[in-house]
Amino acid sequence: MGIGIRIENLRKVYDTPPPSAARGGGFSFMAQRSAGSKEKKEKKKKFEVVALDDISLEMRAGEVFGLLGPNGAGKSTTIGVLTTRTRPTSGRAFIGEFDVWKEQVKAKRLIGVVPQRPNLDFALTAREVLLFHGAYFGQSSREREQKTQTLLEQFKLTERADDMVRNFSGGMMQRISIARAMMHDPQVLFLDEPSAGLDPQTRLLLWEIVREYNRLGKTIVLTTHDMAEADSLCHRLAIIDHGRIISQGTPQELKASIPGGYLLRLRFDRAPEELLAVLRSLPGVTEVRSADHIAADVYADRGGPLISSIVTAAQAAGAELHDVHIAEPSLETLFLHHTGRSLRD
Amino acid sequence: MNWKTFYALLSRDGHVARRNLLPTLLQNLLQPLLLTFVFGRILTAGGMMQAGYKTVLLPGVMAISMVIAGVQAVAMPLITEFQFTREIEDRLLAPMEIGWLAVEKIVAGMVQALVAGLVVIPAAWLTMGSGVHFSFRPVEFAVVCLLVAMFSSAGGLALGCSIGPTQIGLMFSLVLAPMMMFGCAYYPWSFLSKFPVLQYAVLINPLVYASEGLRGTLTQSDHMNTMVVIAALAAINVVLLVVGLKKFHSKAVS
Ligand SMILES: Nc1ncnc2c1ncn2[C@@H]1O[C@H](COP(=O)(O)OP(=O)(O)O)[C@@H](O)[C@H]1O
Ligand SMILES: [Mg+2]
Repeated sequence: MGIGIRIENLRKVYDTPPPSAARGGGFSFMAQRSAGSKEKKEKKKKFEVVALDDISLEMRAGEVFGLLGPNGAGKSTTIGVLTTRTRPTSGRAFIGEFDVWKEQVKAKRLIGVVPQRPNLDFALTAREVLLFHGAYFGQSSREREQKTQTLLEQFKLTERADDMVRNFSGGMMQRISIARAMMHDPQVLFLDEPSAGLDPQTRLLLWEIVREYNRLGKTIVLTTHDMAEADSLCHRLAIIDHGRIISQGTPQELKASIPGGYLLRLRFDRAPEELLAVLRSLPGVTEVRSADHIAADVYADRGGPLISSIVTAAQAAGAELHDVHIAEPSLETLFLHHTGRSLRD
Repeated sequence: MNWKTFYALLSRDGHVARRNLLPTLLQNLLQPLLLTFVFGRILTAGGMMQAGYKTVLLPGVMAISMVIAGVQAVAMPLITEFQFTREIEDRLLAPMEIGWLAVEKIVAGMVQALVAGLVVIPAAWLTMGSGVHFSFRPVEFAVVCLLVAMFSSAGGLALGCSIGPTQIGLMFSLVLAPMMMFGCAYYPWSFLSKFPVLQYAVLINPLVYASEGLRGTLTQSDHMNTMVVIAALAAINVVLLVVGLKKFHSKAVS
């Protein structure tokens, strides 16, 4: 049960500029600049953007896998290759056992795609979008009517079901686009920046739907440049920048890879110098700061495991611990750590 | 090949076409009706044209209608669907080789071209009043109709994959307008014999064969040999299909 995904040495070099406003504005000024402005003038016609630079990845069956990276990193291109929409310059991609570029039709049967920019059929109503999608995938008319009804309800679109989708708001288009991707019950669901432009409420609805779909054993691949989303939704992550994988693992593993990434904010009734000294000597602690001898900020490579020793130290020093807050190392910190740049551009 | 998917895609196009039935019909009928009324009725009634002109005109108007309908039915949606919304991906992700989607578009366009051509016959006949002399050869007529329908929708595919939305106006004024004027729709090809260079230059215009072919299979007025017409249309079809499919493939995948 479940379908895994494998990417081997994928490279993609675009030799034409993106069609105006294509692919949700993934312009990377970095990548273009790296071609060298002088060189660019010499061969004006030779447009080249290296969107993917030798990427290998494995997404396991039944997991929620996140591709995290700033704009222009190559996330959409990766999704494009995996969903038969972008032809790789070299390298291979597999959905389950099928080579995406050799057995396209079989691969297409296994996947559902929510593109970065809704590519809905604007000539149809919301209901028709789902019904026809089901028909493309060979569903019987009873099957597709039932499924359509269920999805319209699940995505709270029943009231607008018979309106043309071209009149929908961005958030509604996004919802119908996700419903469409789930219509044929694919084993793998790709979501390219699914929550961009969604209001917080719809976003939570989306997260819930993704989790629920994953609980059925489906593999989910999503891209995001939102730390919180990656953190709360994904089992494993790859951080991608300039078409390369910078780092991958579970959110916990990734965060733990930053030395001393935890921050414990403690508040005592009083924190004398000797208590601070003991705190500094605890295993894994890299730094302790206290401005007022009441509160103390402890930087360490672990969080919870330190608490009991902190309590013991406080008792020994005759102080009382009033409040603890553990800030886990964030992916934001991680991205900064690896690239020296913030994710939020 | 996945027939279920192909059929579902066809029924989607049929559904959309039915939804736009009235505007499409008006669009397809208005021009031929005006043409036949002015040239076939007013000018012949006033004696400016001979009554026999009605018979020459009707097949030409039918050819124009078919070509315009086929080109529009395929090219216009393609142009918008290939735009940055990439609407086309909605169907490119259907479980079928993507070349078949282009074939499906051609089939849907052919149906529309055939309908547009066939409604012109009674409509034009009515506006012109009596006086059209039919001489119907059903088998050859059917073959010519199919080939004309196919070249117009294959042409629509090639055009739709080659131009952007800003060039639609140019497509009409630079491609379709001269094609119609030099397409032997308003006069038989033999009339060009006084302009020998032009007479051979227009042979690259597929509409010439459409007009002459319909003239030969629907009426008995002066026309090109029907077998030549069929061969030329078939050759044009092959070229347009190859070009159209190639362009479609390169546009469909980035
Ligand atoms: N269709 C295209 N043609 C040319 N270049 C493209 C195309 N799509 C993306 N690119 C370029 O490839 C790079 C990666 O883009 P993309 O994969 O969209 O990144 P992301 O989704 O992470 O923002 C960018 O520099 C972008 O400009
Ligand atoms: Mg993107």
